[in-house]
Amino acid sequence: MAEVLVKNLHKAFPDGTVAVHDLDLEIADGELFVMLGPSGCGKTTTLRCVAGLETETSGQIVIGDEVVSGLRPSQRDIAMVFQFYALYPHLSVHDNMAFPLRAAGHPDSEVSERVNEAARMLRLEPLLKRRPSKLSGGEQQRVALGRAMVRHPKAFLMDEPLTNLDAELRADMRAEVKHVQQRLRTTMIYVTHDQTEAMALGNRIAIMNQGRLEQVGAPMEVYERPATLFAARFIGSPPMNLIEAEVTNGHLTAAGGLQIKAPDGLRRGERVIAGVRPERFVVSAADGDAEAARGRVVSREALGDETIYVVETDAGLLNVRMPPTVRLAEEEVVAVRYQGTAPPVYDPETERVIDR
Amino acid sequence: MATHIQPIDLADAGIAGETAAPPPVRRRRRLGSGIEVVLLTVFAVVMLFPVIWMLETALKETRDIYAVPAKVFSFSPTLEHLKDVFSSGSPVFSGFKNSVIVSGASTLIATVLGVPAAYAYSRFKIPFKKDQLFFILSTRFMPPVVVVIPIFLMFRDLDLLGTLQGLILVYAAFNLPFTIWMMKGFIDEVPAEYEEAAMLDGYSRLEAFWRVTMPLLVPGIVATAVFALIFSWNEFVYAIFLITDPANRTAPPAIAGLIGGTTIDWGLVAASAMVFAIPVLVFAYLVRRHLVAGVTLGAVRR
Repeated sequence: MAEVLVKNLHKAFPDGTVAVHDLDLEIADGELFVMLGPSGCGKTTTLRCVAGLETETSGQIVIGDEVVSGLRPSQRDIAMVFQFYALYPHLSVHDNMAFPLRAAGHPDSEVSERVNEAARMLRLEPLLKRRPSKLSGGEQQRVALGRAMVRHPKAFLMDEPLTNLDAELRADMRAEVKHVQQRLRTTMIYVTHDQTEAMALGNRIAIMNQGRLEQVGAPMEVYERPATLFAARFIGSPPMNLIEAEVTNGHLTAAGGLQIKAPDGLRRGERVIAGVRPERFVVSAADGDAEAARGRVVSREALGDETIYVVETDAGLLNVRMPPTVRLAEEEVVAVRYQGTAPPVYDPETERVIDR
Repeated sequence: MATHIQPIDLADAGIAGETAAPPPVRRRRRLGSGIEVVLLTVFAVVMLFPVIWMLETALKETRDIYAVPAKVFSFSPTLEHLKDVFSSGSPVFSGFKNSVIVSGASTLIATVLGVPAAYAYSRFKIPFKKDQLFFILSTRFMPPVVVVIPIFLMFRDLDLLGTLQGLILVYAAFNLPFTIWMMKGFIDEVPAEYEEAAMLDGYSRLEAFWRVTMPLLVPGIVATAVFALIFSWNEFVYAIFLITDPANRTAPPAIAGLIGGTTIDWGLVAASAMVFAIPVLVFAYLVRRHLVAGVTLGAVRR
């Protein structure tokens, strides 16, 4: 168990593309740290640099008290789970899980003890004799997890480990990964492009885009107050409404007369972009409310526990999340109003949250 | 997308009940398949006739070979000619021995050099990789006759003319591009994650390659080596140009050399040709599954 520090990590590939720009991360001992971003944002490259599978162009990586830059992957005492599991197809489940222990030269008795312990924890005992090709996707994933666990490494590195599973299994495995991590209290760096997974798993989430860090924070912090417009678009489904507005008398006023509560410290007349979560809007049959925007329902998704309306207003298409008790038809003329505390607002130039 | 690679003998036969019965043959296909059968029969007869004639000639006594009208069925078979092939004084026997040495050694060299090269081209970022690979392939574009004169001159200066070593070098060089390309296809199919996992599990890259990737590559290496072996075994042009000493000849020129004297022992020619064809048939049969896999794996990006 150890903390992981990434200092000024810079990675450029020979063809000139820069995958990671001067990245700094501090991952605490025992933390489940999620790196989130679209494909090509540098999150996997960062993970591979930590693993030692890629050599950083500049910068430093520290695991525990040791600077590991320049060390081979095998010398870093870390375990990695891959998107395609990378189970050795010519070995049985037992031998797959025993592989890292045998590579390290542990005695047979200890090998089987540790393998059995991991197998018990992951409910793999009936499968130990099988080959990976005879396992389902979820079972293969559990074996990959088991192979990482048996070593008692300083840190787990997870490279989109659940991407290849179907949705239902993914939710189960998500719980399993979290459970295992909490029991072992081992530092885990988890890379994903799925924001639901990131929200569900992470003690903290780092959002990356084009090789740069957009924001680091606890899941709810990132959800409530995205640091940049990119983070705002990336987290949440349906995504945050980003509405151009002007600061007027204590309000943000958007096109069509929509009034949103303004945060403190803005100058009157300033043009900003307000980031409003769909649940902060209320949609109702049109009335004469001056603070509301009039619009037309263009789409309605009844999801059972909630209904997502997309309303076309002068301020653009707005996503609104409503309880299923509210029933509005498509094409109906409605009023959308804002409720609750002031939302985060963004500078249209820098695309960063305005913090005053 | 990397697919899950597994040894062929482990291929999923399908879970019971999952595999659907073959679709019933439709009536409309009857006529089509009738024509197909006729055409295929004609094709088979045309293709197989020389082979069968050769086989018969090899088994006939010399006077029956020249019999007019030809005795197709009514001859008494003899193994005399086959015995002649393997007799110590026979000019073709040393040819076969040389062929075994040359094709075996050249295949070994091409495989030992080609597999690591293919691995490097498959796994590492190499400047101008595509151009290098194209250049390697392009050496196979020209017909052998084009380069045989310069090779002849080089070999004369290097004292390699007329030696088996020289021929081994040429065949290895000719097989190398093919080995690299075909093995690169096989290695591309083995996800790099296997080695990366093994490297994290405590091995160096070389150990990871040896312990994890190598066992998965064995079928591909066998298939590639068989292709190279068959090429070297059958090669004629270099063999006839670069080797003049009858004692160092490989089988193809040795067999061809049987024709052209004042009397031609057609029985010996046919028997030698039969013996010559057997290894190719046996190898092709043994690795037939890999041959198909080799052709598609090497060529098709899935």
